[in-house]
Order: sequence, then C-alpha cells, then structure tokens
Amino acid sequence: MSYLQVQGLAKRYPGKGGDSCVFEGVDFAVEKGEFACIIGHSGCGKTTILNILAGLDAASAGVVLMDNREVAGPSLDRGVVFQGHALMPWLSVLRNVAFAVRSRWPDWSRVQVQAHSQKFIDMVGLAGAEHKKPAELSGGMKQRVGIARAFAIQPKMLLLDEPFGALDALTRGNIQDELVRICAATHQTVFMITHDVDEALLLADRILLMSNGPGARIAEIVDNPLPKPRERQQVHHQPHYYRTRNHLVDFLVNRSKTYQLEEYRHEARRRRRH
Amino acid sequence: MRLRFLAGVLSLLFLGIVVGAWHLATLPKAGVAAADSEYAKLLGAQAAVGARSAFPTPADLGRKLAEHVREPFYDRGPNDKGIGVQLAYSVARVLLGFLLAALVAVPCGFVIGMSPLVYRALDPFIQVLKPISPLAWMPLALFTLKDSNVSAIFVIFICSIWPMLINTAFGVASVRREWLNVACTLEVSPLRKALAVILPAAAPTIMTGMRISIGIAWLVIVAAEMLVGGTGIGYFVWNEWNNLSIANILSGILAIGLVGMLLDFMFSRLQKAVTYTE
Repeated sequence: MSYLQVQGLAKRYPGKGGDSCVFEGVDFAVEKGEFACIIGHSGCGKTTILNILAGLDAASAGVVLMDNREVAGPSLDRGVVFQGHALMPWLSVLRNVAFAVRSRWPDWSRVQVQAHSQKFIDMVGLAGAEHKKPAELSGGMKQRVGIARAFAIQPKMLLLDEPFGALDALTRGNIQDELVRICAATHQTVFMITHDVDEALLLADRILLMSNGPGARIAEIVDNPLPKPRERQQVHHQPHYYRTRNHLVDFLVNRSKTYQLEEYRHEARRRRRH
Repeated sequence: MRLRFLAGVLSLLFLGIVVGAWHLATLPKAGVAAADSEYAKLLGAQAAVGARSAFPTPADLGRKLAEHVREPFYDRGPNDKGIGVQLAYSVARVLLGFLLAALVAVPCGFVIGMSPLVYRALDPFIQVLKPISPLAWMPLALFTLKDSNVSAIFVIFICSIWPMLINTAFGVASVRREWLNVACTLEVSPLRKALAVILPAAAPTIMTGMRISIGIAWLVIVAAEMLVGGTGIGYFVWNEWNNLSIANILSGILAIGLVGMLLDFMFSRLQKAVTYTE
C-alpha cells in the first residue's frame, strides 16, 4: 500500500444551470520518502487538491488515505508551506517557528521549544535573523521561514503550494538547493505544486501532470528518470534531461487540452459557437 | 529638523496674532468720561479707568490660570473645588465607563466578528442604537439607576461601546484567511487561536475603535456633568457660568482641551505598540 493514496477525488461547485466541476476522477499515490510534484495550468484545481490533502478544504467525492487512515481535517501530521508565506507579521522569525513547535509539543519547556525552533532556523540558513520581524525580511527569507516552520513540526508529509512562485530566479535556485539537501537528509515525503518544469525535474521523483480545467484530471504520471542526487548545476547535463523536459513542456503546451473531459470539451465548443 | 523649527515659529506667530487681537478687543475703552466730578466720585474706580468689558483680557486669564496651577486641588465645599479635583472626577468617570464598555464590547465584538450568523442577527439593533445621542439615555438612566453619578458613568459606557464593538467585529472578521489556515493545520485550540492569532491580528483595528471611543467619551462627559451637576469639569464650567466668571470658564475650556489631547496621545501610543507592518 502506498503511503498517501488519493482515489476518485472530485471538486464541484454548485452554480446556475448545473454544477461546475473543477476536477474529477483524480487518482494518484505517493510513496513514503518520495517527492511528488504536480504541474498544470492555472485553474485546474492544483491548490484545491493540496488544500484537500491538508484538510482545509473538503472534496465533493473521493477519499484521501494517509498511512491507511482517512484524511478528514487538518492535522499536525501534514505540514503546509503556503503560497504567500503566511507568517504572522507581529511575531519575530523565532516566535513564528516556535508557535508551530509549541502547537506540536505543548508539554515542552520554553528552552526546549526555543532550541528546537533555532535548529530549523539554522537549517534554512537564517541564523542571525531570528529576532527580525517578517516585514524586515526579503521575499526569499520569508519563504525560508515558512519552510522552517513546516519542517520544525516534523510532519509525516509536507505540502508545498508553489513556494517559490514569487521569488526571483537566483533566490529560487538557492532555496531549491537547500530543499534538495534537507529532503535528502530527512527523507521527507513531499507533495508540491509548481509551474516550473525545471524545478519539477530537479526536485521531484514523480511528476503528476494535470489537464486543463474545468473537468481536469491527472493525465499522466511521469517517473523522473534522472538519478539522485540531483544537483542544479549538473542536472541539465544528464542524458535524459532534455527528452523528459520536452515531454513535460509538450504536455503543458499541447496535450493538456486534449485530456479535458469529453463533455467539457463539447460544452466549450458549444460556447464558442454562440 | 528645519521644518519642525519653522512650524514651531509659525505656531507661536499664530498664537501671538490671536492673543494680540484678543488683547486689543478687550482693552478698556477710554473716552466715555463721566459728566461731572461729583458723578465721577459716585461711580468710583469704574469712571477713572473707563468702561471695562466683562470679557477678561489675556492678562486676566493668565492670572487666573496661574492661580489654578498654583493650587489645583483645593476643596472648599461643594461649589468651590480646584480645577484639578474637578478634572480628576471627570477622568475617573470616563475611564470607569470606558473600561466597562471595553469589557463588554471586545468579547461581544469577537463573537460578532467570528460568526456571520450573530453578526446578521445583531446588526439591526446596533444600527438603531448606535446613532442615539448618549445624552438621550440620561433620563432613563436617572430613573432606573437612581443615582446621578452612576448615570453619568452609564452614559459614558453607552457612548464608548459602539466604536469598540464595531471595530472589534470588523477587525476579527477581516483576519487574513491564511493565518487562520496556519492555526488550523497546526491543530491550535480555539482559545489559543483567539488569543494568539485573532487578537494580535485584530489589535490595531480594536485599538482604533478604543481611540475613537475615548475621544467621544471625553466629549460626552462635559455635557453629562453639566446635566447631573455636583462634580466634574463639565459642572465646573456650568457653575462658573452661573458665577459669570468668564476667566474661569476659559480656564475650564482650556483644561478640557489639554486633558482630551493627553487621552488621545495615550491611546495613539497604545495603538502604535500593537500595530504591525505586513
């Protein structure tokens, strides 16, 4: 049995003239210690899937099983790194992380909480900035705090919602390297949303390709053929790199449309005629 | 730095112009000399200096203020108390009424802000009660509470409650979804979520409401004390009107302004302390 199993997941919103369906029949699985990425165009429901995994949103149909138990609500077993860092601006870096640590281990002493939080702040390379407020940090540093906070509770699974979307290329590269290093060291199970094909190839063991919404589904699951450890400087010299990359880009450019559910394509054609 | 210096000079200049114009307007008028020396003798000093206006000159007011500053806390019976004593009565009433209002408004605002159902249910009442002049409650308060001092505090309570209630509800309702999501995924208990996430997130808005409330309370206490009498700066001003002591009335007005400024300053400090930059 896989560690995380998603079966027949669907999300529909009631509307005039029938429900509108964001995605339907979404099935996939993630093994323990595996890094899975999901790629798709905006509006295909990636964030909704992640929120359902996090327990923040409810599916219209289907089940999510983690460790053979149904996911029915938010849990400390699943750490989330939010798209817009979601740090509390009135708390310092240390206290933002400590807030999560204290939630995970309410019986710990102040000293224990601080020491544990500090360890994870050091891990993301923010030693020295622990007493700063989020407003005093750059976008990349804020996102690092978000990552430190999620790792600090040592969740069974980490959910990342496009964590590097708002960062410049250089910063993104640095944090990606760190994420590779941390995941290799901790064998963390990760589910991540991205728009970036290169990012997926660097980080992911398994890449889920999602077709366009409405009526989106998981169209293909690509196993990353590039051997571990993958390094940002070398990964594009690997023999399979460009073949795989082209396959992914082709999907996003062409095939993502053709996988749309037949009824929605029909619907879309009908709408175009009017 | 330079700007501050120039602003200070300009402020002094404006003050000089106003005081100068006031001085000129209240100068004793010479010229209406008494008809004959015998009549002048009858009139006494008044004839010698000419007709004096009943309005004090800036110098008269200055002397009066110096008197009040020298001895602000004397108490010589119900109709003759120092201006400091009167201000202390008013500030105590305002703070007491305000505190009681905060104890009711902040928790209620929390509930209203968290629950759209309660918000909708209570909204009509708030909309009707909010625009009522707090002094309109006075007769009802006097009838039910049967004590003028308690009634004055009730009037402060009822006028401070609305801005705090509405601002708290608004602040709580507009806490960013993502902070609540963070608390959710960390399985934070509802009480801890309220105290550690919602309260600090809404604190700047709540403090804004408190600052508005204390301002209104200070406006209302003067009128309330004029009505109920006895003690307080409002009563002082009204009593000096009955004494026809314009210099004392002006001293009272100035004191009201200064204390109001002080209260506002205190709350602006508190507001700054809880404000965060995103």
